[in-house]
Amino acid sequence: MNHSRAILTLAWREILRFLRQRNRVIGAVGQPVLFWLLFGAGLESTFRLGESGQSFRDYYFPGSFMLILLFTAIFTSISIIEDRKEGFLQSVLVSPVPRWGIVLGKVLGGTTLALLQGLLFLSFLFFTEMRPGLFEIGQLIFLAGIAAFGMTSLGFVLAWRLDSTQGFHAIMNLLLMPMWLLSGAFFPIPSLENGSFLLHWIMRCNPMSYAVSGVRQQMDGSFLTADLAADYWFPSLSLCWAVTILFSLLMFSWAWKTSSRRVQGDLR
Amino acid sequence: MMPINTADEQAAIQIQKVHYRYGSRHALVDLDLVLPLGKIVAFLGPNGSGKSTLFRLLSTLIPLQDGSISVLGQRLPQNVLSLRKMLGILFQSPSLDKKLTVRENLLFQASFYSLSQREASRRVANTIEEFHLGPYKDDYVEKLSGGWQRRVELAKVLLHRPKLLLLDEPSTGIDPQARIELWQILRRLNQATGLSVILTTHLLEEAEKADQIVLLNEGKVVANDTPKNLRQTLGNEILTIETQHPKQLQRNIEEKFSLPTTLLRQSIRIEHTKGHHLVSTLVETFGDEIDSIQLGKPTLEDLFIQKTGASFRAD
Repeated sequence: MNHSRAILTLAWREILRFLRQRNRVIGAVGQPVLFWLLFGAGLESTFRLGESGQSFRDYYFPGSFMLILLFTAIFTSISIIEDRKEGFLQSVLVSPVPRWGIVLGKVLGGTTLALLQGLLFLSFLFFTEMRPGLFEIGQLIFLAGIAAFGMTSLGFVLAWRLDSTQGFHAIMNLLLMPMWLLSGAFFPIPSLENGSFLLHWIMRCNPMSYAVSGVRQQMDGSFLTADLAADYWFPSLSLCWAVTILFSLLMFSWAWKTSSRRVQGDLR
Repeated sequence: MMPINTADEQAAIQIQKVHYRYGSRHALVDLDLVLPLGKIVAFLGPNGSGKSTLFRLLSTLIPLQDGSISVLGQRLPQNVLSLRKMLGILFQSPSLDKKLTVRENLLFQASFYSLSQREASRRVANTIEEFHLGPYKDDYVEKLSGGWQRRVELAKVLLHRPKLLLLDEPSTGIDPQARIELWQILRRLNQATGLSVILTTHLLEEAEKADQIVLLNEGKVVANDTPKNLRQTLGNEILTIETQHPKQLQRNIEEKFSLPTTLLRQSIRIEHTKGHHLVSTLVETFGDEIDSIQLGKPTLEDLFIQKTGASFRAD
């Protein structure tokens, strides 16, 4: 049995529902844009990255981009809780679509939305000093898509186990915001020699650090100068790709496994 | 797991020694049941009788713990995906996407059953016509009344032409007129296409409309027959006596007339072949103690009381 139509339908449904709730667009894009503008302006005079002299506004841009992906991916996952509450999920669970297909449909929908909003924000790139070529932009979008896929899958895992959107927001504040803050999005990962041992390893073990760094390197490959490499730790671009792909695959597998669990909400 | 030895081709459902627990609570207890194809069967029982658990098992929402179940010749859980293609499932709680239109809901449902684009469009158009949904097809579901939403749900679960329709408390949340229409649709489909229908209900009057009733209590089948045959098993007339001191009057009646009685919700119930004669005798003997006395034909509730000794409705 070919499940591609069911998967695409589930993905399209996410997009359709999103477009019919326009306040979600404002929530997902508005806040990171506001943060970027305010932090960028406020910290412009105090932050300068090594001899490359990258301004905070430019440094923070990839971080804001990833924050949009994260927000959208996670907010999309809330729809699982809503679907369960509204009873829609129950009817999907007893359809002939296998669980992996249900997960893939939901995650693809979330990924597409995250990426579309990320692309909207990417147009602000012209207000920075970063000038990536078309090839780099293509790679950046691809990498961002993989990262968004992983983050939506992670959101799926969290949402599947919860029965309230309030609980989901609590988890988000407790887990996902620190995950983003400690990804090098807001400040670079200190080297072992120049920074805290604990902070270095927490940030280094954070899979989002690799997505952020990868996006940053695709946006501006020239920012990484020799003096920066001594003070801060930046993973290589190939490592960023490898870790991001691995993270996404693991998260999807986890989401698939989680979806085979029954939760009380399915038995209403 | 007990094997199903002979696959009865005329059976819609074969259940053998099915036992289901929620922690220490036993929802189904060694249940054996065979249900025929092409009939409308009602699972009737009070809350906690096990009908919802049975529905969830048959709809493949929860896995089997003990025993064996075969639905439309497909054994669970091995053939679950093939079976789901043949089932239409209407849950008690609504399952429509309220942010989508009626037509979108139907088209989305079609995609879950691998219908081609052309076939899906054709069936959706036919279904909209058949269920008289034309004026509402482009309305968001959230704008429809409860009765119309239920109608859309029924249209949705029939879109892929299932062989067996499972309905969980189908009359919940709809007005009497919508209930009548729902039953008209079910009966028409059953007669025209031979669609097998299994529904759960706690409404006696709804169960009476089915071809067959499976009466459940505490996870066991207490009766299984046509509504007519079930009522005939009682045969008697039912006397219901209201009094200020039911226990005392019950004892007095049993001692005086050696009659078996049942005390339910502070009323004394007596089954008797000549109930109308007994009324005058009881009034003459215990007139001062009796507040009211009622004579009636036996109902499914009386059958339930006879089989279980308990009231159908919660006290």
